[in-house]
Amino acid sequence: MTATPTLSRPQSVAGEPPVTRRRRPGSTTILVTGLLVVAALYFLVPVYWVVVAATKTSGDLFATNGFLFAPNFVLWDNLANVLSYGDGVFVRWFLNSILYAGVGALAATYFAAAGGYALAKYNFRGNSLIFGLVLGGVLVPGTATALPLFLFFSQLGIANTYWSVLLPSLVSPFGLFLCRVYAQATVDPALLEAARIDGAGELRIFHSVGLRVLTPALVTVFLFQLVGIWNNYFLPLVMLSDSNLFPITVGLNNWLSQADRLPEFYQLTTGGVLLSVIPLAIAMIVLQRFWRGGLTEGAVK
Amino acid sequence: MSATADTAQAHPSALQREGHGRARQQRRVVTRAPWILLAPFLALFALTFIFPIIAAVGSSFTKVTRSGLFGETGVHSGFAGFENYARALGDGSFLASIGRVLLFGVVQVPVMIALCTVLALLLESASAKWPGFFRAAYFMPYGVPGVIATILWSFLYVPGLSPLVDAATSVGLTVNFLGPDTVLWSIANIVTWSYTGYNMLIVIAQLKSIPGEIYEAARVDGAGPFRVAWTIQLPLIRPALVLTTVFSIIGTLQLFAEAQVLQTVAPAVDSQYTPNLSAYTTAFAYNDYNVAAAQAVLIALAAFILSFTFLRFTNRKSS
Repeated sequence: MTATPTLSRPQSVAGEPPVTRRRRPGSTTILVTGLLVVAALYFLVPVYWVVVAATKTSGDLFATNGFLFAPNFVLWDNLANVLSYGDGVFVRWFLNSILYAGVGALAATYFAAAGGYALAKYNFRGNSLIFGLVLGGVLVPGTATALPLFLFFSQLGIANTYWSVLLPSLVSPFGLFLCRVYAQATVDPALLEAARIDGAGELRIFHSVGLRVLTPALVTVFLFQLVGIWNNYFLPLVMLSDSNLFPITVGLNNWLSQADRLPEFYQLTTGGVLLSVIPLAIAMIVLQRFWRGGLTEGAVK
Repeated sequence: MSATADTAQAHPSALQREGHGRARQQRRVVTRAPWILLAPFLALFALTFIFPIIAAVGSSFTKVTRSGLFGETGVHSGFAGFENYARALGDGSFLASIGRVLLFGVVQVPVMIALCTVLALLLESASAKWPGFFRAAYFMPYGVPGVIATILWSFLYVPGLSPLVDAATSVGLTVNFLGPDTVLWSIANIVTWSYTGYNMLIVIAQLKSIPGEIYEAARVDGAGPFRVAWTIQLPLIRPALVLTTVFSIIGTLQLFAEAQVLQTVAPAVDSQYTPNLSAYTTAFAYNDYNVAAAQAVLIALAAFILSFTFLRFTNRKSS
């Protein structure tokens, strides 16, 4: 009953354009739009190239202009090759990436939310020490920990397993930082007190009240971690030697590195890059609306 | 609570005791709860951050000596002092790689921050058409992993494959994106391509948080769009610019994937091209984990010092 989150988000994103949009179809609009189009070309050209390249035969790839389609259109053959090569190892890499990024981001978000909420809403000894440590963790380059982690995991015997990539993906110091800042600003102490008087346990209060109020921050942390794990290359490269465990980044580079000896790998790589970029591009275009609030939340306040 | 109020009159002392007990129990629960909530994060944080950092520091001060001709009689490890650090810093290629990424950062980070700021200001200006489409197009590369972005661009760099090189040749220019002098800037281009849109979204979020009244006031005062951008928007988006710059500095020192992937097509990129690539090579090609650990610690320290210096510098300037 009292557990209904009646709080509004403190987000100051006004959402309205700073200057009221006036109809002024003049040279300014043309100039600004022209600049924006040039920038868009820069960001889209490599993707356009790979779309074109994936439709060509190995011979045409080198013989014809890279920005023009060749008469011989073999996109479906190329993609079929990508999917079937090596008993469908590409599909396996893709699923591995989904596993690492999906499971990792989901669990990391939950852990960061619980930790950030605890640091924001309870006074206890060591609170600021822990926060300081985690804040330091935000600034530690991920690659600095990868080498020692590999040595440690080797001793434990879990290097070159799914766990070796998944375990480090479960931690997001930045996520905890963001959740703490957000929880401090949004979770009303009176609400928690009310839930306590109703006899709810502390963990139940977190799950029923805390998580619900934190949702906007959780979306941001989840997306941030999802992209971070999906794009990670150094950690899986260091940890994994079994190509069946590779995520898509390590797998595709493995193909490219064979291309100078075996040119057919150019076709596999371009097709593979296309197949992996398309879903990501769509995801980014859909997700960018969720993105805009959260990230600066921590930095600005 | 109201139920116990009736009994309070009958047995005041009993209630008092009961109340005390409950309060104590409550307090105990409250002191235990944060630790339960924190436990999974802290356990994983200790396992994947604190422990490896301690291990790396420890290993950077350790030396491993093998006795016997082929190390067959045993392996001993002992305290090495700063020997590994001296070896890491005495390695000309490692030092050169640090110099290289510093040069890279000094050029690439300001260019990228300027570009993302200009794009954000243009997109948020009243004159921009289809801002939603452009925002999405600019942000898209962020979802492309660094490795795949590098593979994409390497196709546009490799002579014979690249339509850009072909086009330049047809107008009589010889361009070599992968030469010893140019490949660093080809990498800078890949990094700029990947992260400009992402930084732009951070700046846009901050621009949107500027209250509309400020713009109204500026317009009443007769300020044009350039003046508004210079005297209102830029000062107010400072925190976002500081944040993106710090993250970019850390990212620059970590450069790895772009250089490692370009190695296959650019002979100018050697196995110690960036500090991280150097540490990777030391560890996995030379199997010298102790020196690699010293290199990793040095990279982390450099990232720390640079971000703190930058933050300190910007804080002093603003206050």
